[in-house]
Amino acid sequence: MTGQPGMSFSVALLGKGGAGVITAGDMLLAAAARCGLYGLMIRAVGPQIRGGESAALVRLSSVPVECLDDRFDVVLGIDWKQAEQLLSEIAVDADSIVVTDPAEDAVPHSIAASGAVLRQLEMKELAESVSGGRVNMVALGYVAGLAGISQEAIRHAIEKNIGRKGRQAVDVSVAAAMLGFSRSQRSAAPQTGGGQAGNRWMISGNHATGLGALRGGVRFAAAYPITPATEILEWLAPRLKDAGGTLTQAEDELASINMAIGASYGGVPSLTATSGPGLSLMIEGLGLAVCAEIPLVVVNVMRAGPSTGIPTKPEQSDFNAAIYGLHGDAPHIVVAPNSVTDCVYTTQWAVHLAEATQAPVIVLSDQFIGQAIVVADPVPAISFFTKRKVAEEIPEAFERYAITADGISPMPLPGTAGGQYTADGLEHSAAAKPSGIASDHSAQLDKRARKIADFDYGQHWADIEGAGELAILTWGSTASVVREALQRLPDKVTGRLKLITLRLLLPVRQEDMAAALDGVNRLLVIEQNHTGQLYRFLRAWYDLPADVDTVHRPGPGVFRPGEIATRIDAWCGE
Amino acid sequence: MVRRMSVAAPCKLKASDYKSGTKPVWCPGCGDFHVLASLTKAIAALALVPENLAVVSGIGCSSRIPAYLNCYGFHGVHGRALPLATGLKVARPDLTVICAGGDGDGFSIGGNHLLHACRRNVDITYVVMDNEIYGMTKGQPSPTTAPDWDSELAPGGTGVSPFHPLVIALASGANFVARTFAGDVKGTTRTLAEAIGHPGFSFVQILSPCVTFRPDQREWKNKVHPPPVTFTTDPAQAARRVMTDDGFNIGVLYKGSRDIYGQAVERNAEFERDLDAEFLV
Ligand SMILES: Cc1ncc(C[n+]2csc(CCOP(=O)(O)OP(=O)(O)O)c2C)c(N)n1
Ligand code: SF4
Repeated sequence: MTGQPGMSFSVALLGKGGAGVITAGDMLLAAAARCGLYGLMIRAVGPQIRGGESAALVRLSSVPVECLDDRFDVVLGIDWKQAEQLLSEIAVDADSIVVTDPAEDAVPHSIAASGAVLRQLEMKELAESVSGGRVNMVALGYVAGLAGISQEAIRHAIEKNIGRKGRQAVDVSVAAAMLGFSRSQRSAAPQTGGGQAGNRWMISGNHATGLGALRGGVRFAAAYPITPATEILEWLAPRLKDAGGTLTQAEDELASINMAIGASYGGVPSLTATSGPGLSLMIEGLGLAVCAEIPLVVVNVMRAGPSTGIPTKPEQSDFNAAIYGLHGDAPHIVVAPNSVTDCVYTTQWAVHLAEATQAPVIVLSDQFIGQAIVVADPVPAISFFTKRKVAEEIPEAFERYAITADGISPMPLPGTAGGQYTADGLEHSAAAKPSGIASDHSAQLDKRARKIADFDYGQHWADIEGAGELAILTWGSTASVVREALQRLPDKVTGRLKLITLRLLLPVRQEDMAAALDGVNRLLVIEQNHTGQLYRFLRAWYDLPADVDTVHRPGPGVFRPGEIATRIDAWCGE
Repeated sequence: MVRRMSVAAPCKLKASDYKSGTKPVWCPGCGDFHVLASLTKAIAALALVPENLAVVSGIGCSSRIPAYLNCYGFHGVHGRALPLATGLKVARPDLTVICAGGDGDGFSIGGNHLLHACRRNVDITYVVMDNEIYGMTKGQPSPTTAPDWDSELAPGGTGVSPFHPLVIALASGANFVARTFAGDVKGTTRTLAEAIGHPGFSFVQILSPCVTFRPDQREWKNKVHPPPVTFTTDPAQAARRVMTDDGFNIGVLYKGSRDIYGQAVERNAEFERDLDAEFLV
């Protein structure tokens, strides 16, 4: 068992499609929450659309967790049909327990060779002993028992998950789960620490993103499906309707971004969500929103690239595209949530920034953050007070793109008498007339840059923890891994370390960064991509200590805390 | 959400009041001048309030039209006017939304959006000023150019047959389909007013000569003629008629009565769902 200061227990449930391992994982997480624990689950799938092997990777803990552990305490295979590809992500050792059904094929060689303790569990047979019983429920009961989860909590989780199917279905599942539970030998297994029971949320990053959007006031979304962003849009569809808004399915991403621009021009805060290939298609639209000064939020849930890449796996490799993808000098904002729960806050902030600056904001989430489900403390609602600067009364000689001190010009919404103007992607004068005149061009370029650069981003630009002459700089889903890695290192190392997690990637915050790096003489940049995109960006735009190192590697495997702890430890000792 | 309905008191503006006063960039004699005249007359005839009207366009000579009108406008990027207009209308159903542009903008780079805008049937009117050429980029063939039309980019012609935008619109579900000739200001005005008034997606192809790169199109005024029969409510019949005519039939060809997108949606004004509660375990 690893993970400090709390106790942590990691379980992998494997089975071919239809075996229900994801449902069992969901229920395990909910039952753990009921017992006052925290947790996280990701689903790992093979390349098949349906029917392939899938795995629920669940981690339970007495303290909040936002990343996977290095290894698994328990790996349970309902079957091992096509498990090989998934097993590369599921490390086991001599302290692990591997649970297998004697009626199925033998455990794969890589597992057998690990020295893990093998346990036989007649899942099929036990399930068949309950009329209508299913193996995944037997598996659920068994691993819940190993994790020290109460029978009441298991029952509650089943009820909550399948209650709508009726009493009979619940009873059958509970009966099967209890058979599994009764077979688990708890004493021989790692126990989870007793967390405090209380109100817990169970939420995925993509749903958290949707929640942040709604809290921020988004009332129009345009959608084109793409893994791993689709759940944001599917979650929003019915809820936007309830909120008096709409979601429109577009024919492609060229359409979705332009729909969102049109809706926002009409005064309705708007969003679209996509992943790498869609972001590439949206780039021209982003430039239009910059030039025409239209508030807009584009959530890009990064997957491994380039091109179609690895759709179901994370990578922080769209950084350059988000920062530099637009043609022309096109000031815009790029933000990144740094945990599953932070998706709520960062997305809400993104809506606020878009509305306040009348500019597009790209939210760089990733597959891990987006599709992981966590059990966490509820995310409190916060409110921002800056709203879109709307021209309600139109004075004589009104100019839509007036040159203002803060660069933000009052925007008339259609329906406002006297405010008629043509929003334009052509360069224009302050009066919104197309213009190729040098003075107009430079005045508008300056104004659009100024409103982004001078905006008050407050303390939200980065999360800063610790103090010392060494600093680690990271972003996105990697941040949670780094945080946990630091908890594992001895105080004599971490006592000298400061962690800076960037939430605001663009615009650059030179002064804030200088303050954060005050007294720091060595810096380590950690990110998940092949070329060190953030590292190179930092070197170009910021005054950094002379001694800067980089840790970067591509996906598809997410960083694990042990891997990062080793790298940090070595770096500190250099 | 913004729901600012201006009082639709009878608006007594003249057609010229709907012009912004900005001088068009168009070449003298360009058919688009006539389209601008017809559009302002149609809007005046419908007594639309300028602030409740939005005209959205893409890129091209014809797409410059919003800036010449006294109403809200959006001059977006090449080919994407229809989605932008769709988003605006869905978010602001209280507005009258017109989308305008050229044959390159609407049929080539934006061709896919035409299919889906027809299919979706949002209540907007789409006006395509068809000059069978890319005017703004100085004379390249478009999807409606004849295969033997000689140009620098396609010496001797493309050898590729033009397509039938009206047939495509009919097959895709447009709710109102018409063709007019820019030089026929009276007829174009009447048709545009009818198109704007018709619920759902209305598609009007306006034959609008490019006098600079297609001087031959000056002959169009002698070629156009009203269709031998009046409009139909049968899309198949309308399509057959357009596919077999000489391309110069002008008038309303089809009127449909399909359900309109976005209007079946019931809107809860109050935000009722407790979003936080659904995440509690
Ligand atoms: C993405 C993109 N590609 C190419 C262009 C260049 N371009 C500007 S207008 C135009 C064609 C315009 O033709 P059409 O829509 O028929 O309008 P017209 O000028 O004939 O009225 C092209 C290709 C552009 N602006 N954007
Ligand atoms: S180039 Fe042709 S389409 Fe463009 S303004 Fe001149 S005449 Fe009109």
